[in-house]
Amino acid sequence: MSERSESVLKAIAAKGVVEVDGTVKGASAYRAGKEMFAHAARVMKDAGWRLVAEWAIDESAFNRGFCVFAAYCLGGEYLVIRTEIPRDEAHFQSLTRYFPAAFRFERQIRSLMGLIPTGHPDLRPWIAHEDWPEDAYPLRKDFDGTKPMGRASGEYQWIKAEGEGVFEVAVGPVHAGIIEPGHFRFQSVGENILNLETRFGYVHKGIEKRFEALGWIEAVKLSGRVSGDTTVAHSSAFCMAAETASGIKPAERASFIRAIMMERERIANHLGDIGAICNDTAFAFLHYQFSILREKVLRTNKEVFGHRLMMDSVCLGGVVRDIPVKGVDLMLEEARAIMEEFERLVRIYEDNPSLEDRLYSTGVLSPETAKAIGAVGFVARSSGQHIDVRKDSPFSPYDSHAPVVPVLSSGDVHARAWVRVEEVRESFRLMRELIAALPAGPLTAQWNPPSPGASGFSVVEGWRGEVVYWVECGPNGFINRCMIRDASSVNWLAIEQAIHGNIVPDFPLCNKSFNQSYSGHDL
Amino acid sequence: MLRILHQIFRTGIVTEPFKPEVEARVTLVGEGLEKEVAERFKRSLTIRFVDAGSCNGCELELVAVNNPVYDSERFGIHFAASPRYADMLLVTGPVSRNMEIALKRTYDAMPAPKLVVALGDCAFNGGVFGESYASLGSVGNVVPVDAYIHGCPPSPEEILKGIMKAVTR
Ligand code: SF4
Repeated sequence: MSERSESVLKAIAAKGVVEVDGTVKGASAYRAGKEMFAHAARVMKDAGWRLVAEWAIDESAFNRGFCVFAAYCLGGEYLVIRTEIPRDEAHFQSLTRYFPAAFRFERQIRSLMGLIPTGHPDLRPWIAHEDWPEDAYPLRKDFDGTKPMGRASGEYQWIKAEGEGVFEVAVGPVHAGIIEPGHFRFQSVGENILNLETRFGYVHKGIEKRFEALGWIEAVKLSGRVSGDTTVAHSSAFCMAAETASGIKPAERASFIRAIMMERERIANHLGDIGAICNDTAFAFLHYQFSILREKVLRTNKEVFGHRLMMDSVCLGGVVRDIPVKGVDLMLEEARAIMEEFERLVRIYEDNPSLEDRLYSTGVLSPETAKAIGAVGFVARSSGQHIDVRKDSPFSPYDSHAPVVPVLSSGDVHARAWVRVEEVRESFRLMRELIAALPAGPLTAQWNPPSPGASGFSVVEGWRGEVVYWVECGPNGFINRCMIRDASSVNWLAIEQAIHGNIVPDFPLCNKSFNQSYSGHDL
Repeated sequence: MLRILHQIFRTGIVTEPFKPEVEARVTLVGEGLEKEVAERFKRSLTIRFVDAGSCNGCELELVAVNNPVYDSERFGIHFAASPRYADMLLVTGPVSRNMEIALKRTYDAMPAPKLVVALGDCAFNGGVFGESYASLGSVGNVVPVDAYIHGCPPSPEEILKGIMKAVTR
């Protein structure tokens, strides 16, 4: 155990008993009493830890009540605190006082598991909509997830702004462009935004519940569709959590191939998004140019991995297929050709004063806010946070092939675009390095389901940032609970902050520069 | 500016003709359009797109349909911001329960004749998400569908060919 975990554990234990939780693999985990949940959060907060995720489980299958978990991170170390909740006292201490990220985690727990966070200032439904039946808590074991759910009446209470000249602009869930559905409500005076309130849940498909109805192998396919643009990172994270739970190490060659695919996923998404940001300033030229490069990457994916987005390429214990011999040459040649074009386009981006005018100092997420919210990924790195799972808590092969992680501090749209320019360069470099070092050997390790009651915690750096999974095996050998925390779950909070003081017409541009997942958030 | 011009000339025209070996897998339902209408839509088709619950994989490929390589505009296909002047409603995803009303409203807002095309395996039968408390499965469970384009996700070329098949039959 590291010194920093030891010191926080000591401080937590000053108030009561803290026990090691041996059932959780992949992070140091502890059990603490119900009355110590918030106390532990305060200790973690004071020591500078970040709240990574908060989730609940129904332990009926083990003849127990509920449990609430909070996962924290500092310097790449993950620590999980579990608290048991008796079935007839369905509430727990809210952590919102210490961590803003808890606001939505806890609303989600309340909506989907029916546990009340005491002391939470806002208990409106989250992900669940107001027309869900009164006591429909889908993540509870006695809720039959296979049946359609009725509609109740109810109205969502929006935050209101009052005053002379204040008006509201409501956008969505159906948007003008080809994007996912969500609702944004602006209170503004003239063009200036006073407040933005987002409301999601429109693409809630019951993914977490669905995991509990699937076998392990089918579950991998589902994890690859939590957010289609992050299919490799999500399916890798799920497999790593499951592998950790059963004490399996994926085949070494496979972990390299997973990483190569993850870097390619990063490159493809970044290329598309840098172009799309330019497009939102009406600079269509760069948009088209970058989309041509993205298309090239997807075509190589298809040739090498058999699927343009590389879906269903990861499996439990390894990867589904090997890189064909000509695949290596294809990827290397592609990297060379694309980088050449890419650098030309980047110079045009840099030289363009009208881009500069729109991108600089627009949608600023200050480093302080980014830290307070617990933002992750390129959003955090554009706002001065040195945070990247590949570097902070490296899993194979990043432990021996570390990326150089670019960090900017201006936190504006430009920073979010530029960090990604740097990341495209770095990912191509890393991809070449990984290809050169690709070890020989089998593609999969033997897969065995975890033993009942065991659980695995895993974290990978997807292109948006930290993707977190926690998977628990039930008494019957199947998945009892699968918790998913996409980078979007925390980063969506950031956009509401970054938009303050901007004008309504700049919202699409700001939103594009974050480009968070709706599906990965709504689950 | 010179750099931009230079790059435009360097790039040239990247739009590709269709590859004959790519075939869209499409399931057609119902009667289809009258011949005359179909003829018109062949040259100008305005699409209103709705994501009714997809994983966003289908959107990525649908966005790609607009890139210079596939250039949907050359077939007179373009995407509109409002259902009021759309000829076709293109829907992805299993329909989530929380999107059901929004999808129906979009459909209702369209002028007749309303062509509805469901895009992707999820839109056909719910895909990996199936039918559940949160997912209503097939788009056909919520609005009348004229054609399903299969694939997870279908590639840009499959999408374009599928859309054309849906119009001309
Ligand atoms: S068909 Fe595939 S890509 Fe499309 S929404 Fe469904 S899972 Fe995602």
